[in-house]
Amino acid sequence: MKIKVIVTPKNGVLDPQGKAIQQTLNSMNFIDVSEVRQGKYFEIETDLKDEKDAKKNVEDMCKKLLANLVIEDYKIL
Amino acid sequence: MKSSVIIFPGSNCDRDMDVALKKFGFKNKMVWHNDNVIPKSDLVVLPGGFSYGDYLRCGSIAAKSNIINSVIEFANKGGLVIGICNGFQILIETGLVTGALLRNKYLKFICKNIFVKTNKAHNKYFNKIKKDILELHIAHNDGNYFCSQDDLKSIQDNDQIAVRYCDSNGEISENSNPNGSIQNIAGVFNEKKNILGMMPHPERVIDSCLSSNDGSYFFENLLSNMK
Repeated sequence: MKIKVIVTPKNGVLDPQGKAIQQTLNSMNFIDVSEVRQGKYFEIETDLKDEKDAKKNVEDMCKKLLANLVIEDYKIL
Repeated sequence: MKSSVIIFPGSNCDRDMDVALKKFGFKNKMVWHNDNVIPKSDLVVLPGGFSYGDYLRCGSIAAKSNIINSVIEFANKGGLVIGICNGFQILIETGLVTGALLRNKYLKFICKNIFVKTNKAHNKYFNKIKKDILELHIAHNDGNYFCSQDDLKSIQDNDQIAVRYCDSNGEISENSNPNGSIQNIAGVFNEKKNILGMMPHPERVIDSCLSSNDGSYFFENLLSNMK
């Protein structure tokens, strides 16, 4: 089973890369873009058969390694 | 005095640190990250570099190494632990010191000498250094110190800010902030002040033939406190 996770910078945490992407998009005439936040996407293949168990396990992974909860939020899709 | 420098895959300031520690009189041992136990030490150093290629987040993979449990145990017993640059990032990822280190504000790798104002109160790292301002070296991409407002208040109230970026006159301002760190923070202590994490490299400036000799004060002071 594959579990998908998105990790993004928390609101209020400076995201210099997102800012640079936003400015570049603006300079490319995508003038509607007011903010970009850059995050990470993980696809985790697990041997667990039960989706609930697998997601619980991935949540533990997010807290312990995949996200730094000081600056990032995670979302299991 | 005995010290141990931990080597991770991708560490690259480990030997500079070894040279510096030995120069000032430490008996230093290099310790591989895959070992389980630190040799008997008075000081443990997590050196700079790019452990595990900075994958995931700088320091995050190294923070799960075999040796780290015994570093944490050593630190929790009051042992002196220093993390420089990537070592600071590793300390952050272990949770031994507060905060996070983000990508530099202007997205550039910064490699230059900077000045820092040191906190001399109740710690063995800077207490008796005669100079208030040290010229040290930084070389990093992710040194932009961040913490929540609550954590900032807590480290301020407990006097845990160890070093702050300043200019050559000691003035702390946006102009002397190389990477966007909040409050110009270049390094912090843990609550008991036995752990120091900082981005600047004292081990790179330990001889008058180098661009600065101010790192010498750091090591001399540390050793004098341990005798």
